[in-house]
Amino acid sequence: MEIIRIEGISKSYGKHQVHKDLTLSIERGECFTLLGPSGCGKTVLLRLIAGFETPDAGKIFIDNQVVADPVAGIFFSPESRGLGVVFQDYAVWPHLSVFDNVGFPLKIAKRPKNELRDRVMEMIELVGMKGLENRLPSELSGGQQQRVALARALVANSSLMLLDEPLTNLDANLREEMRFEIKELQRKLNITVLYVTHDQEVALAISDRLAIMDEFGRIRQTGNPWEIFERPADPFVFNFMGIANFVPVRRVGDAYLVGSGEQLIPWEPPRGDAPEWVAGFRPSDVQIAPTGTGLRGIVKRASFLGAMIDYLIEVDGAHLRTSIETHEAMSKGLMFKEGETCVISFRDLLWFNAESLAEVVKA
Amino acid sequence: MSVITQKSRFGAAQIILFFSIAILVILVAFPVLLIFFNAFWVNGEFNIRDVAKIILEPETYQALTNSLIIASGTTIGSTIVGTFFAWLVTRTDLPYKSFMKSMFLVPFMLPSFIGALAWKMLLSPNAGFINKFFMNNLGFEGPIFNIYSYLGIVLVEVMYLFPFVFIQVCGALERMDPTLEESARISGAGLFTITRKITIPLVMPSILSGALLIMLYSMAHFGTVAVLGIENGIFNIPTLIYQRIHQSAGSFASIRTGTVLATVLVITAALIIWLQGKILTKGHYQIIGGKSFRPMELKLRALRIPLLIFCLVYIAFTIVLPTAVIFLVGGLKTYGLAFTWENLSLDNYKFILFDYKLTKDAIWNSITLGLGAAVITMFAGVMISYVIVKMKVRGKGILEFLGMLPFSVPGSVIALGVILAWSGQFGINLYNTVWIILVAYIARYMAFSLKANSAALEQVHDSLVEAARSCGATMWQSLKYIVLPLVRPGMLAAFFLIFLPSLRELTVSIMLYSPTTRTIGVAIYTLNEDGETVISAALAGIALILIIVGQTLINRFTRKAGA
Repeated sequence: MEIIRIEGISKSYGKHQVHKDLTLSIERGECFTLLGPSGCGKTVLLRLIAGFETPDAGKIFIDNQVVADPVAGIFFSPESRGLGVVFQDYAVWPHLSVFDNVGFPLKIAKRPKNELRDRVMEMIELVGMKGLENRLPSELSGGQQQRVALARALVANSSLMLLDEPLTNLDANLREEMRFEIKELQRKLNITVLYVTHDQEVALAISDRLAIMDEFGRIRQTGNPWEIFERPADPFVFNFMGIANFVPVRRVGDAYLVGSGEQLIPWEPPRGDAPEWVAGFRPSDVQIAPTGTGLRGIVKRASFLGAMIDYLIEVDGAHLRTSIETHEAMSKGLMFKEGETCVISFRDLLWFNAESLAEVVKA
Repeated sequence: MSVITQKSRFGAAQIILFFSIAILVILVAFPVLLIFFNAFWVNGEFNIRDVAKIILEPETYQALTNSLIIASGTTIGSTIVGTFFAWLVTRTDLPYKSFMKSMFLVPFMLPSFIGALAWKMLLSPNAGFINKFFMNNLGFEGPIFNIYSYLGIVLVEVMYLFPFVFIQVCGALERMDPTLEESARISGAGLFTITRKITIPLVMPSILSGALLIMLYSMAHFGTVAVLGIENGIFNIPTLIYQRIHQSAGSFASIRTGTVLATVLVITAALIIWLQGKILTKGHYQIIGGKSFRPMELKLRALRIPLLIFCLVYIAFTIVLPTAVIFLVGGLKTYGLAFTWENLSLDNYKFILFDYKLTKDAIWNSITLGLGAAVITMFAGVMISYVIVKMKVRGKGILEFLGMLPFSVPGSVIALGVILAWSGQFGINLYNTVWIILVAYIARYMAFSLKANSAALEQVHDSLVEAARSCGATMWQSLKYIVLPLVRPGMLAAFFLIFLPSLRELTVSIMLYSPTTRTIGVAIYTLNEDGETVISAALAGIALILIIVGQTLINRFTRKAGA
């Protein structure tokens, strides 16, 4: 059962079109992430759902109820949509204590004092802020303020939470901790979460499903984290989900040759009869060896990164990167110096047509 | 989710917008438009030749040139003095720097026309104490300096206006990232080269914007020229407007001249503000961060003590001496007597505070007018700023334009405008009542309120309001519980920014007063004109005490609120 349905939404600011005829639905009880580079319009979409912006065209349904439909003149104000929202900059009110911040939604709803108190304390405890309820936001760390914002969004028992890059302003350790906590809360309370971020690691870690948006506000692929990472629909998604190698491959008769040289690519040929292809693969999908079968190349750069060693390898004018765990490299004699020759093969490889790559490189 | 809010054309946003526009139109735009209308529209037709004729009349032309001469002189002088002192207190090892800094800000508080009064007592060609001292004791044949001159007027204005540049440049020098200078130093540049090539270009926008502020202020400045210039026939635009309106009791020709002069003032002011905006948005400011750094300090070495003495003498001469003279003259039995114990008493002060109806009324008028104007303008300003800064509503552009108006309309123009608007031609006659001054004060001080309140509102991030909305609060509830508590400091700032200056206001009230509606400023000025020098000085002394007490209270208060 879907809790949010977006039908053919368009939104522009002046001449800048952010969304055009966008359609998306989010299932009840899932943690759904909108993932895309900054400036792609994912925050605008969240604000449209929250009611801070009005769409130019299209419909938005929450719980099967139309909340925005410019043609019919329907627009539900943000306060009437019954959502919890967590903002990137926390938006914790600086003049109110932790208790008053968290209790604000209940105060507005005119709940009885006792009930308010119990519920607020329950939420404060849930986010691990017990004992700090009388502090002012200025006396809290960034992570603590974020917890207050979470508690405030949860206190009114909304079944739908919108989170706009809530972890961006936290330091790396805290970010990691908080993302598991958010996932944990979502499961425990059985709520739907729409999470907006540009951080693919967070997105993969917490999502049940995610949608990848490109810089023109188009959704490139929707799926579970595994599908997105392992079966990217196009080079954009592949590139966005981590460091990617793209090596040009040309077809000569039935042979597929790498770069400008004459070596055959050691992988199943692509389906299709285009002359120009691109092989995409992650650095971790490359196997490097001193000799054996595979593509012969030259190590152009060897960078020791601690736990990993990163090699830049040239194969007939095409460049690619591979990484190998240091202890594995040591034990298997895979330590290369710059200028040495090597042989590479692949564990995994995806075929894209050359035109779709040009788009990624341009972006 | 039970309420469907249809997108209606007349929601709360539209009502607020409507009221905001109405306030600015009625109080500011309408009077100013009337001035333009009266200046250009004669006998039912647009007539620009007449305007040119009026401008070219010897007296008006002279007043225009005088305004320009005095404003230019004041601007150049203040910029040099302000920049020099700013550099001295931020970038050198001058002793007692923080004391000096606060002393250099004192002239901000002191009304310049009271300063002019003091300098008149000190340096008028025949009766000035300093001139007399030199003539009687040191054998000088004539006065050593005649304050009734262009130079005299400019010097007095510089003394009271240079803090505009001082404060801007101090701020820029303090906030400037020292690594910018340090990297120049590492590249081998000497201190002189660094100052010339790095420091000065970086603080140039601040210097220029302070200078333009002084230009704007001085062009439209009434008090100093009225006290020191009229005696010698030196008029500038505001004093000529005043003289024409006052002498002729509202004849058509004099109103006409007034409106033409006022039009020139408004255009000049708009030009200056436009220029200032250009300079400030040029992007130079990005180099100057918001953080406080510890800037490089120049060792003054042998010049340290001489410069300290110079600063102290400057402070003694421009701040202590005039203030002391005001209080001393205010204590004299009759003007002209020597300052000896038997000639000095507190009788004048007692008289103006408890017995003299004119001064008692004036003090009461100023305080009630100040309170009234401050409260009304504070609330109106918060509403208008809210629309401009925070609301997304159609028609906001009109309000943004109207909101710029109060900044570019000088006091004498406002006064003339309210005379045209509220003397009965449009059904409401407030002339000769205290209400017309109130209306003018609101229009005049709206700029302060808009500035303080928009600054406060800009601090309130949109997401704070959106968070409230998503928590179920309506627009009104988020205003009440979130926005208003957060902008309260800005509102208070606006209140004091209006209340204090209105206590010493002269430019507007001098054009609008009636025998029973004198303000403190008007009373000081008219008493002095009538030759009641000691009473006028005593009242000026009282005004200074009121201002200093008020300012101290505010400083203490804002420090507490900030902590």
